[in-house]
Amino acid sequence: MASRLMALWDWFDSRMPSVAEEFRKHLAEYYAPKNFNFWYFFGALSILVLAIQIVSGIFLTMNYKPDAALAFGSVEYIMRDVPGGWVIRYIHSTGASAFFLVVYLHMFRGLLYGSYKQPRELIWIFGVLIYLTLMAEAFMGYLLPWGQMSYWGAQVIVNLFSSIPFIGPDLALWIRGDYVVSDATLNRFFALHVIAIPLVLLGLVAAHILALHDVGSNNPDGIEIKKTKGPDGHPLDGIPFHPYYTVKDIVGAVVFLALFSVVVFFVPEMGGYFLEYNNYVPADPLKTPAHIAPLWYFTPYYSILRAVPPLFNSVFPGVAMMGLSTLILFFLPWLDRSPVKSIRYRGGLYKSAVAIFVITFLVLGYLGTEPVTVWGQAGAWLGYADRATIAARICTLLYFAFFFLMPWYTAIDKTKPVPERVTM
Amino acid sequence: MSEKKIDNTRRNLIVATSAVAGAAGAGAAIPFAWSWWPSERAKAAGAPVEADISNLAPGELAVVEWRGKPVWIMRRTKEMLEAIKKVEDKVTDPKSEVPLQPEYAKNEYRSIKPEYLVLVGICTHLGCSPQPKSSEAKGEMGADWAGGFLCPCHGSKFDLAGRVYKGAPAPVNLEVPPHTYLSDGTILIGEDKKGA
Repeated sequence: MASRLMALWDWFDSRMPSVAEEFRKHLAEYYAPKNFNFWYFFGALSILVLAIQIVSGIFLTMNYKPDAALAFGSVEYIMRDVPGGWVIRYIHSTGASAFFLVVYLHMFRGLLYGSYKQPRELIWIFGVLIYLTLMAEAFMGYLLPWGQMSYWGAQVIVNLFSSIPFIGPDLALWIRGDYVVSDATLNRFFALHVIAIPLVLLGLVAAHILALHDVGSNNPDGIEIKKTKGPDGHPLDGIPFHPYYTVKDIVGAVVFLALFSVVVFFVPEMGGYFLEYNNYVPADPLKTPAHIAPLWYFTPYYSILRAVPPLFNSVFPGVAMMGLSTLILFFLPWLDRSPVKSIRYRGGLYKSAVAIFVITFLVLGYLGTEPVTVWGQAGAWLGYADRATIAARICTLLYFAFFFLMPWYTAIDKTKPVPERVTM
Repeated sequence: MSEKKIDNTRRNLIVATSAVAGAAGAGAAIPFAWSWWPSERAKAAGAPVEADISNLAPGELAVVEWRGKPVWIMRRTKEMLEAIKKVEDKVTDPKSEVPLQPEYAKNEYRSIKPEYLVLVGICTHLGCSPQPKSSEAKGEMGADWAGGFLCPCHGSKFDLAGRVYKGAPAPVNLEVPPHTYLSDGTILIGEDKKGA
């Protein structure tokens, strides 16, 4: 039997040797630094979540109807009448939040260990593109259940485009395909969500991984392991990705899937953070819910949007700042002027900046989930302004300060000497 | 790069044909982009609508749908009209200088008849629909609240003529749609007749 299988493999391999070649290149003989830690789980986990989303999404389309008159009912039908429909939908909705969670942690890893620095700028740029594409994918998917939050969330986001000077109103009309968010909008968002954007996403993921495997992985010490090679030509501090890191990542995947299942089966709505209560009310174009907020993964940017006051009879400044807050990520490799990569060998300035940035991001994220009146009004000396708005403005300034002051504080920061070989 | 000499005639031919093919490819995108404009059916749905206001009680707000948007018709009481005068210094554009109303509604009360206010109930910030907050909602809106509208999305406040309060995220006043009185009890929204 075994020899039969081997013969079959030889038959295959002699006709298509690239399968074995690619397996060696990207797994069995891809040498990754041996000192990967906890933070290195999240790249592999994002691929796992991507696969979960694609599979659960395909099965949702089998019962979903992209029609303004039928969409809401078809989702309820999936939840109540389709055998196993509820679990498929909860997997998909939990998967959306899980996707952003692992991607945010993956990006934070990059920030900790300087993974975007030379020679990995392209990997970072592809990564930011994946992040932006993921945002578009999540936004369009959120319209599909056609609940109140779907409808008014899409209304607000599409109206962001209408604030662009000169072309804005026409652009928003073109995106909607109607004067308001309507059946035409729902139908095209469905097409983009289920086929166009996932294809772009897959292409970008492939580019991200190919670029990574060309230059090699960074590590918690920020050392280039290819500088110290053994007599066999392989990095002394590297180990083959397969089996060493496939085994490690399986452990990560098991723990992740256990937590994921807890959410799917016990708290799929996550107290309104993963699935908003108002989205169980069918879309009503004549009535906005009393409090609307995007899902948690967009709220930091939403806070920035709300924090910027209108100028020259236009809300465009806020929209521009929100756009800038995501696009600025592209420039990170060039804003960081530190001679070392990893936070382990950086000084107090950078460590404080990252700490402040994390707090800022979390506060902005929290404020974005709440109405602006959540902390009440300040006293007369601030013109009775909402306290939450003032806090959001301060955090917005700190958010941009982290990036715009980076060339300065990373250049003057005291760094420690980086060792030749990785530490464990 | 190859060390052979480049045959410029062939190279130019390749560049020229590639440019033509590229232009043709870009042209092929036109019908796809074009298909995103509103369809003829969507355009036809924008017809004017009639609203019966004969049963509207003083202070009451009716909502009618026009082009898929909520249009408010509010019958304002004397006190409400007084309140509009009082907040003159608190709103961004008290004289309605920004052209968000037809000429016949560019006045103190932003309406044809002071009693009846007609507004598109869509916030000029990012398109949510504000909610009426009467002058009794002082606990939520602040001690000097004189009645008006609050946008739930980003907290923009408007007075009883749809004028935006200073410091709100909304940049301009709410829009007054073109409208005309067919009779004392009927308003046509979406169309204005000369001399009406």
